[in-house]
Amino acid sequence: MWSWPFAWQIAPELLRAVQTTIAATLAGFALALVGGLLLAFARRAKPRGVSLAAAGVIEFVRSTPLLVQLYVLFYGLPSAGISLPPFAAGVLGLGIHYSAYLAEVYRSGIESVPRGQWEAATALNFSRRQTWTRIILPQAIRPIIPVLGNYLIVMFKETPVLSAITLVEMLMTAKMIGSASFRYLEAFTLAGMLFFLLSYASSLLIRRLESKLTQR
Amino acid sequence: MSLFDLFPSLAKGAALTVEVTVLSALVAFAASFLAGFGRLSRRKSVRALTAVYVEVFRGTSLLVQLFWLYYALPLLGVELPPLAAGVIALGLNHGAYGSEVVRSAVLAVPRGQTEAAIALNMTPWQRMRRVILPQAFVMMIPSFGNLLIELLKGTSLISLITLADLTFQGMVLRTFDASRTFEIFALVLVVYFALAYPLTLGMRGLERRLTAGRV
Amino acid sequence: MNNTRQTADPIVRYRSISKTFGDLTILHEIDLDIAPAEKVAVIGPSGSGKTTLARLLMTLEEPTSGTIEVNGELLWHKRVNGRLVRADERHLHKMRGNIGMVFQHFNLFPHMNILRNVTEAPIHVLGLPREEAVERAVTMLEKVGLGDKLEAYPSHLSGGQKQRVAIARALVMRPSVMLFDEVTSALDPELVGEVLAVIKEIAREGEMAMMLITHEMDFARDVADRVIFTDGGTIVEEGSPEQIFHDPQSPRLQAFLSRFRAGSGKEVMR
Repeated sequence: MWSWPFAWQIAPELLRAVQTTIAATLAGFALALVGGLLLAFARRAKPRGVSLAAAGVIEFVRSTPLLVQLYVLFYGLPSAGISLPPFAAGVLGLGIHYSAYLAEVYRSGIESVPRGQWEAATALNFSRRQTWTRIILPQAIRPIIPVLGNYLIVMFKETPVLSAITLVEMLMTAKMIGSASFRYLEAFTLAGMLFFLLSYASSLLIRRLESKLTQR
Repeated sequence: MSLFDLFPSLAKGAALTVEVTVLSALVAFAASFLAGFGRLSRRKSVRALTAVYVEVFRGTSLLVQLFWLYYALPLLGVELPPLAAGVIALGLNHGAYGSEVVRSAVLAVPRGQTEAAIALNMTPWQRMRRVILPQAFVMMIPSFGNLLIELLKGTSLISLITLADLTFQGMVLRTFDASRTFEIFALVLVVYFALAYPLTLGMRGLERRLTAGRV
Repeated sequence: MNNTRQTADPIVRYRSISKTFGDLTILHEIDLDIAPAEKVAVIGPSGSGKTTLARLLMTLEEPTSGTIEVNGELLWHKRVNGRLVRADERHLHKMRGNIGMVFQHFNLFPHMNILRNVTEAPIHVLGLPREEAVERAVTMLEKVGLGDKLEAYPSHLSGGQKQRVAIARALVMRPSVMLFDEVTSALDPELVGEVLAVIKEIAREGEMAMMLITHEMDFARDVADRVIFTDGGTIVEEGSPEQIFHDPQSPRLQAFLSRFRAGSGKEVMR
């Protein structure tokens, strides 16, 4: 049933596909880091309309499947005249989807900064911009670093969904190997093992980072 | 063709989405408690076994698990119909996350509660059932609510193993008129939101009701 | 009074009880008898092992060595073919029926109202019919002055009220030995009096033996038949309240008492 020679034979191909998976993860994460921060600011904005709209976007994006969001970007946008290659659509979809999650993470970080810090910044006559960049954000981001790290792993594990918009990442590669040889067992098991090894190792790293951050 | 022409087949798909969500949620709920208590067991072998289950299902991706059950498992002689593969993958995957919720909630009940229950001579089962669980359960609700939304969203993946859920119906409609793709999938998103939002509100309400008078 | 009790069979008997955590010795070779209906106060500095004494009897912690007997029966052990083996949960369950405990931090069940806090164990542990359990509970809650709070939840009560509920909850089980583990230490000073008054009242009535672990020296003197001073995991001195408070023998007890009179001064304040 299980053939080791075959497993060894397909391993290099899967390992090559890991690169696409990781590239999509990192690009999507970078997008989500920025998008999440912008949404978090919008959520705190003074005009009620802006803050409500941001809350609505966050709630809507979080409550609907990434897969369908990807379909909108990849299959839907061309009818509006915008055609994106699979990688770009995938990264954009991942980035938007997780912006909504990270917005909430940023929010909790910002809210954890004591009121006195704002007051001290005002008392020292910092401008609004300086208050954010020099006083608030540095304190808000430090405690959420492990949470952000965990979301990086979550996003990594979501990337197989990108195969549905024809991106040839690890799962798609495994599926193509499987359908060509009818040996799905080795292909999917190896893909699963690669996901496990990478995500488990990263989660151990993040746990260490977390205990280091809380030590101080 | 107007927007309303899309509704009948989307409604059919939504019905399957709801069905799979409910079935998987039941599996996930049972797995959460079994594995959550398994990790708290006094026996090392039980703890180790459940830890492996939890780490494997959390460490690999849901879609990989789904494909593995659907495509790879038959080669080991176990052929699952798509619906069963979908419900098992969704249930066990979210059950692994849920077990952490159960475990941490049980551990979060103060030690003094167990001690008071011992001092009143309750049996271990009574301690759990009458003192620990009612308090732990309230703490689990917000996380379970979030997991349920994740589960509902996760059901969209079963469209990739031929099940005609909401997402699948969207794909089918698109083949009739590709120029309306944007409109179709936007509508699909709205339907998902309409399914998820009441869950969010319901969970918030449940939490309020259960904590009423106690805090 | 003391002497007549010494002759009766003790209801609790600690024999060479030791408790260690790793390198740390909490209790060292303790021997202690408590007679039926006897009120024993245990005083001593923090970390002297006095709380552990009660927790071992309540089966919250297991002794490292030694035995405890309750009513002449081994608590933590069973005799199998002449050898002592650790008792199973069933045996512990049977033995616990004799013992009740009130905790420093109350440990009321926050998800139950006051009446249910007090009826839960009578119904489900003793198997009493609901009406009887409620009757018992209401009588007891009235006795501790909380007959009007039956429907309230613990979070709505003051510390003193919570502790009185906890006392009622333990009493309805009708134990033969009651353990009070620093029951006023977590209370605001102005609430201490109401709780001590309730305990004094119970002690006056009582056929029940009591072990009172406390920092309230006046209270210990008023209520106890016998006072035990523990320090460093051993019983350093014991005797009647008069002996202990007015004629302490060991330097350690003398130092402890003088610190109490001069220092944090609960003794001085009243």
